[in-house]
Amino acid sequence: MIKEQLAGKRIAITGSTGFLGTALVELLLRKIPDVELVLLVRSSRRTAAQRVKRDIVNNDVFKTLKEELGKEEFDRIIQNQITAIPADISLDHLGLDSDGLEILKSCEIVIHSAASVSFDEPLDRAVEVNLMGPVRLVNAFKDLNVTPHLVMVSTCYVAGNRKGDAPEQLLTESPFYVPLDWNDETNAARRTRLYVEDASRRPPNLESFRDSARSELGAAGTPALARKTEQLRQRWVKDQMVEAGRNRAKSLGFPDVYAFTKAMSEQAVEEVRGNTPLTLVRPSIIESSLRAPVSGWIRGFRMAEPIILNYGKGTLKEFPGIPEGIVDIIPVDLVASAIIAAAAQEPKSETTIYQVASGSCNPIRTSTVTDYVHSFFGENPIYDDKNQPIAPAKWKFPGRGRVAAQLNRSQRILGHAEQTLNKLPIRGKPAMFVADIQDRKDEIDKAIEYVTLYGKYVECEASYSVENLLALWDSLSADDQESFPFDPRIIDWFEYIYTIHLPTVVTKGRVKTSPTKSSGKSRSARIRNQVLDPQRQLAVFDLENTLIASNVVASWSYLATKRLPRAERIKLVTKTLAQVPSMLALDRKDRTDFLRSFYRRYTDAPVSQIDDDAYEMFSELILAKSFPAGLRRVREHKALGHRTVLITGALDFVVKPLKPLFDDIISATLSHDGNSYTGQMQQVPPIGETRAAVLRRFADENDYDLAETIAYADSTSDLPMLEAVGFPVAVNPEPKLASLANRRGWLIENFQPVAGSPSKLLPLGSRTSR
Amino acid sequence: MADERRRNPRPGLVLEVDRSTPPALFHYGEGFRLEKLPAGRSRILYPPEPLPGLNNPDQHIRDALENPLGDSPPLSALLTSGMKLTIAFDDISLPLPPMRSPDIRQRVIEAVLDLAAQHGVDDVHLIAALALHRRMTESELRHAVGDRVYDAFAPSGNLYNHDAEDPEGMTVIGITPHGEEVQINRRAAESDLIVYVNINLVAMDGGWKSTATGLSGYTALRHHHNPQTMVQSRSFMDQENSELHKSNWRQGKVLKESGIQIFQIETTVNNNTFGHDGPLAMLQKREWEWTLRDRATFIGYQTGLRRMNPSTKRKIFSSWYSPYELTSIQAGEVEAVHKQTTEHVYKQQLVNVEGQTDILTMGIPYICPYNVNSVMNPILVACLGLGYFFNMYRGKPLVRKGGVVIMTHPTPWEFHPVHHPSYIDFFERVLSQTKNPTEISQRFEKAFAEDEWYRHLYRTSYAYHGVHPFYMWYWCAHALDHLGRVIIVGGNPDAVRRLGFRPATTLHDAFEIATDVVGSQPTITHYHSPPILMADVQ
Repeated sequence: MIKEQLAGKRIAITGSTGFLGTALVELLLRKIPDVELVLLVRSSRRTAAQRVKRDIVNNDVFKTLKEELGKEEFDRIIQNQITAIPADISLDHLGLDSDGLEILKSCEIVIHSAASVSFDEPLDRAVEVNLMGPVRLVNAFKDLNVTPHLVMVSTCYVAGNRKGDAPEQLLTESPFYVPLDWNDETNAARRTRLYVEDASRRPPNLESFRDSARSELGAAGTPALARKTEQLRQRWVKDQMVEAGRNRAKSLGFPDVYAFTKAMSEQAVEEVRGNTPLTLVRPSIIESSLRAPVSGWIRGFRMAEPIILNYGKGTLKEFPGIPEGIVDIIPVDLVASAIIAAAAQEPKSETTIYQVASGSCNPIRTSTVTDYVHSFFGENPIYDDKNQPIAPAKWKFPGRGRVAAQLNRSQRILGHAEQTLNKLPIRGKPAMFVADIQDRKDEIDKAIEYVTLYGKYVECEASYSVENLLALWDSLSADDQESFPFDPRIIDWFEYIYTIHLPTVVTKGRVKTSPTKSSGKSRSARIRNQVLDPQRQLAVFDLENTLIASNVVASWSYLATKRLPRAERIKLVTKTLAQVPSMLALDRKDRTDFLRSFYRRYTDAPVSQIDDDAYEMFSELILAKSFPAGLRRVREHKALGHRTVLITGALDFVVKPLKPLFDDIISATLSHDGNSYTGQMQQVPPIGETRAAVLRRFADENDYDLAETIAYADSTSDLPMLEAVGFPVAVNPEPKLASLANRRGWLIENFQPVAGSPSKLLPLGSRTSR
Repeated sequence: MADERRRNPRPGLVLEVDRSTPPALFHYGEGFRLEKLPAGRSRILYPPEPLPGLNNPDQHIRDALENPLGDSPPLSALLTSGMKLTIAFDDISLPLPPMRSPDIRQRVIEAVLDLAAQHGVDDVHLIAALALHRRMTESELRHAVGDRVYDAFAPSGNLYNHDAEDPEGMTVIGITPHGEEVQINRRAAESDLIVYVNINLVAMDGGWKSTATGLSGYTALRHHHNPQTMVQSRSFMDQENSELHKSNWRQGKVLKESGIQIFQIETTVNNNTFGHDGPLAMLQKREWEWTLRDRATFIGYQTGLRRMNPSTKRKIFSSWYSPYELTSIQAGEVEAVHKQTTEHVYKQQLVNVEGQTDILTMGIPYICPYNVNSVMNPILVACLGLGYFFNMYRGKPLVRKGGVVIMTHPTPWEFHPVHHPSYIDFFERVLSQTKNPTEISQRFEKAFAEDEWYRHLYRTSYAYHGVHPFYMWYWCAHALDHLGRVIIVGGNPDAVRRLGFRPATTLHDAFEIATDVVGSQPTITHYHSPPILMADVQ
């Protein structure tokens, strides 16, 4: 009897915050009287105890138990029967302190379900967690001089990509076994990391990271570029390590690095376990619960869910796989029951293996699953943004190569489109199109990922035998069978997929399942409300293309031509226009350099005349090209009691007439000798990273909280400022900023000049006859 | 024959439309439409033809200055050496379209300055009496007063735009028995003599409205520029029945009693808006009298305009200067002067009309007092139609209570960002919430009127005052109160709906839309203007 066998026992569990682990904890508490659970939990920002409460006890899987027991009794059981100890299986002795070790020592059963289940972990990370984790666990037992019953959760896929039977036996006993030394594999993985880290720091690589950073951010200033470059380097290292893991697994016939490291770990534990009795439980693909405690419970998004959702959304029009192939899925409650039943068995000296899989005893074919999914989304379609139902495609199984090629082709086309659009001088609404392309690209990226990663599982034609499992099932009393059902033959596939799993996926996926407009306000309206909240303190604005559609070149040209005779005006403007390409190039590279060189043109300009003309320019150029909605926004902030600040690289005399709009203006200034300007700037102009620094200092000196600050800007060169504040707003963003803002959930505003604005072909000052 | 006709112009005309009546001209912004009106129940009001202008206007001006009306001495008797003289003149909003050089203001001002110089007056300021309108640009000032005057006074700072928001530059003279503050330009108030130079284009202009409004500011204007006054001015073009004028006259009385000396010079011009001949002449002819050449020219315009973008069309239309001729000038005491002036205005514009109509149609032209060299935004479209044209009556409104006004105008969602910044916000933020003038005045007026930014733009840039769009809306208050429905044909539907009106694609559609308000066989009157006409409705 399982209950009697385990009652009052102390059981340690690793990986209890995971999908399977949480189900295990729930089932044990619900069914085994007085069981004592020691949960080894990695502490992060939260302590182990906090994580247990937040990630396990508060999960909705406990709802049934809570209702059965009442809140008080439930809290009492949690309090008395669960002990959380901080542990980290990537450290020796699991990082346990002496108290922790003592508690571990007192456990009679240890269920090891901690693993990095991601199919594309970096090689070394997968090795440290999946392979070395259990080895460290066993070593700890040895050091503590104990031999608890170790129940280790593995996976059916340790058998590798193969066709035909895969029995419940040790891998070394398999005729297909490829002799490998797990120590060598571990060392090799660690060396690979060192090698890749070195390679990432080689000059050509660093240069290419910096180039990519610049092309992504534009002239965002040195610190922002540096941060981005380092991010790109780290991402590159990770990608290399993922690739290394994928390749190593592939070379050995495993579908991915997870199966590979799990296989290695079975071998390693078998080798080092000594007298510790070992039971291996190998589930296939674990999905939402069949019955207990409720049907359709799932935690996180697993393997099949994103595929199903993308199919429902129409992103994935085809999928690899063989229609007559078998999809080996097993509901999580069956796996948890099997583990507990296995743990309750009298340990033997030789390793016992149970495979928890459906493929051999209650198979379901890929084509049947896809039929269910197709008809499910036919009846319950997902709706797109325009409230149109999305018709599900019929999968034709063209083979993985064709599917991948098709996806890659779309990806390439979108990539070209994006590159081209990024180079165009567009902003605002058209630039948002680029952000949309980015979204589409991300979706296809994911689809490609699913196809490459999960495709192998759908194509796997191995049949995992479950003789041991069924023997165990038959040995159970009727009562145990009732409490711990794990016989895969009980699954009614139509009921499970159509009425339990798919509705769960749709609910969890938070997709639109009805054509009604989403209740409440749109996302931008919500963020706008936050931005226009009296609680905010400071609203900072960029000028050019944020509030007006003009720039330093136009204002200079206006002032320079205002008092010139006609012929000379034309000559000067033509000359300036000819220089535009080189100015643009310099501007793109470094805006400060550009301004510095451009402002030289003011050398010897008479101060008083410029001051006079600046007011006329305010009407003729600045206001004429202003965005009324932008100016209105400044005033709204002011009315809300926010301090409004203009930070601009434009010159002080140009922006002086805007003074009543803002509480403060921080601008570039030219030095002068009283009569005329020297053409040299008095300080570094407040743009790029300097703008962020100026803002920080301003906030500091005036006691404002940057987290309560709103910043409006239009270009990636303003990223340092936008990133420094709590409420960044991208105004008429250029394509790069548009996609960035879109991804980060920033408010995007499109302020436009009002229709009817006087249009001047050239920014010439109107003649005065004085 | 042509000369004979010009010497003896025909009076206005009410034409009953029958099946032989050619389609009528409708102004349509920077364009035109020809519309067939239903026979048997439609009539078209044509303005009187242009009265002959005075020969030798300069002589008439000099005569008027020396032969003042009312109890005023001649101007020369009022000018003494060492005195402070302020010459105020009407701003860019008059006349419409602007008149060909020399502008009548230039002629009058030059005559006044000559006299002043003869009498040794050297402290002279010239002020564009623009109240809360936008400042005039240099070229606009030059056009109004002439280069000679401009160059003599502007550089030294003695010719400038009135600034109603200059805290130092304004002064409150007193309060009327009705509690209305009287506030005018300080320089004018402190002068020994104000000479006001007016162009009395419509019957609303002139009289005490010149000084008490033109040189005034928000403090005084709010007492009559409000929905209540406007609803009770029936119409504000008819001084006898206009609350607006009664209030202005009360303020004028306070000015007079305070001892401020005003020498009022009022002028009237004829109806020669588009010229007896020249490219636009057919616009002031009656359609059945169009020559073959007129028709060909008109078709040419229509084809050309269709291909132009709005800003090009705007440029072309705003380059038109009307060949107005002076029809009268009177000077002296304000009320006596204005009485005669009004007679002259009526003589040119008044048309007798029998009874009201169910539907009043009007073509809205490209220009109104507030968009000279600018954009006719939707609020101004409403104001020109429901404020000005609707109120062009004496007696009863042309359209019956509960009737329908149909206007034709493209009504684009366009604004001039420099001239009309507060209009943009008014349109976006105020009209989106309510169209009710009283509610608007209570909820929003003060904030706009006292807004720092608008004040800054009014004073330093070329913006109408923050409160100005409210006044435009109040101008419509009488019509909004009186009418059952307003329809705009060919307008931007979003902009038209924002105004609270109904958009229609064709005039025929508009008649259809009107039927549920006025029934299936309504009577229709087309207000064929410009040139300006005022209906005397019996």
